[in-house]
Amino acid sequence: MSAIALRRRTLPGFGLTMGLTLTWLSVIILIPLAGLFLKSLELSPEQFWAILSSRRTLNALRVSFGLAFAAACVNLVMGSIIVWALVRYRFPGRRIFDAIVDVPFALPTAVAGVALSSLFAEKGWLGAPLAALGIKVAFTPVGIFVAMIFIGIPFVVRTVQPVLQDLDPEIEEAAGSLGASRWQTIVRVILPSLAPALLTGLALAFARAVGEYGSIIFIAGNLPNVSEIAPLLIVIRLSEFRYADATAIAVVMLVVSFVIIFAVNRLQRWAQDRIPMH
Amino acid sequence: MTIEVKNLVKKFGSFKALDGVDLKVDDGELLALLGPSGSGKTTLLRIIAGLDWPDSGEVSFNGEDALAQGARERHVGFVFQHYALFRHMSVFENVAFGLRVQPRAVRKDEATIRARVKELLDLVQLDWLADRYPSQLSGGQRQRIALARALAIEPRILLLDEPFGALDAKVRKELRKWLRSLHHEINVTSIFVTHDQEEALEVANRVVVMDKGRIEQIGSPDDVYETPATAFVHGFIGESIELPVHVEGDVVRLGDRPLALKAEGLASGASKLFVRRHDMLVGPPGSGAFEGAVQHVRNFGPVQRAEVALSGGQTIEIDAPRDRELRAGDTVGLAPRRFRIFAG
Repeated sequence: MSAIALRRRTLPGFGLTMGLTLTWLSVIILIPLAGLFLKSLELSPEQFWAILSSRRTLNALRVSFGLAFAAACVNLVMGSIIVWALVRYRFPGRRIFDAIVDVPFALPTAVAGVALSSLFAEKGWLGAPLAALGIKVAFTPVGIFVAMIFIGIPFVVRTVQPVLQDLDPEIEEAAGSLGASRWQTIVRVILPSLAPALLTGLALAFARAVGEYGSIIFIAGNLPNVSEIAPLLIVIRLSEFRYADATAIAVVMLVVSFVIIFAVNRLQRWAQDRIPMH
Repeated sequence: MTIEVKNLVKKFGSFKALDGVDLKVDDGELLALLGPSGSGKTTLLRIIAGLDWPDSGEVSFNGEDALAQGARERHVGFVFQHYALFRHMSVFENVAFGLRVQPRAVRKDEATIRARVKELLDLVQLDWLADRYPSQLSGGQRQRIALARALAIEPRILLLDEPFGALDAKVRKELRKWLRSLHHEINVTSIFVTHDQEEALEVANRVVVMDKGRIEQIGSPDDVYETPATAFVHGFIGESIELPVHVEGDVVRLGDRPLALKAEGLASGASKLFVRRHDMLVGPPGSGAFEGAVQHVRNFGPVQRAEVALSGGQTIEIDAPRDRELRAGDTVGLAPRRFRIFAG
């Protein structure tokens, strides 16, 4: 008793906050996920396999993960450029542009979906000129791609922005005075310094795009095997009362997402270890 | 490599960082730019490096216009106050950076680069740290790596911005000696910026004292200490007693009291009298130009530092040898062994 009393913590409240943390994480995240796995156990391995290997499921997963990854990559590139402009230059309206980045965060996804689909519809402002060029966006996989870019961009910008702000411009001057060209400075000095943040941004934008539902279903056209995303297939299976099918797809999405996030996390840890922050 | 700077002016908004600076640096010199913060010394260094551009004026290296070239083409080694090491690269790669980014036509092969980096790490005595990352090094080690990195490109000129400013006093003293011997070894024309007079006087061959964007004095460390050219230099370098006096003909007055000092060839009017603390000789009352009461005495090794209230009302600090102990309450006469009077 006295030994414990002597080793009193300088920061009290560990027991209480830790207990609340565990309870809360269990109730909000772990129990629902466990429920999902339990539900999928109602299926025999053969049934499970049959659902997953059906053409429609595979195509839905391919559309979701493939396009989400492509959209995240586009966001990585464009987001980095936006961050660069916002952080490194002072121009009129900078704060407004900075605020605009957050719009996809704040907008209800259904509103975004309606706006995007009317914009890119064949008679829409952007859809009409694109249609004249022979490019159809709305109600095709391209539409899904556009919606995924839309909802993912703030994740890249907001994760990379603070890191770039902390990056001392002196290291660019140092690179320049050592004879590096602008391009060499970007590739050899700036990008490697931003790598952990860029990877985090990529992972977040990707995860968001994989899970996105609201904005996509309006613009996708939802043609099975072509422009049907996995979350929509889950909803369809649910509405058909095929709960086990729905959970099987959900479990696969969960596992794949988890593996990807975990891999990115390792990659990020590796990059971070090489740049210990002090 | 000689450096010549002519009539350099640089403004940041309405602030004049450099207000007409002329400077010639000889080949192989180790020059200190000394001044308080805001005196323009770092701006001057950055302009020579090509990291900043003047509003007007000229900079030339060996008579060649340097302003026509960017930082990249000038072949100037620059060492930053906060090192600016690339934290995602090992020490080895940091030093190798300047060699790896050379245009392909002149780039050395990997073996040559490795040998050169090894040589530089030996030069700064840190070859055993090659595989560490900058965050794993102490401040003094980082500074030496930054120096090795700058030397890798075989710079024509070496520029150091407050090289020891962020280090603690002991490391700083070691590095000063080391920098001087390193300069002796490599003999590259070098300029370093500092606000620490001791550092400037100890390390440099020549010292440039700056204030408010202007050069106040250029001279050897002895020159700037023994014969300061202006009131600013006298006050900035060495510990000085400064008293407001009035000169009329050859009479110097402190308040309304004439002082027993010879003032020859001075302009009449309000002036400033400067005496080094250790140049005030202590004697019995009435023995010197000043008289005062000792207030406090503290001992610093070989000297005692006494706070003396002069009869005119001013309080000054003097450094006296310990042969005659002073006590608070003593009345003493003070005779300046050497003094300088500047108009203004």
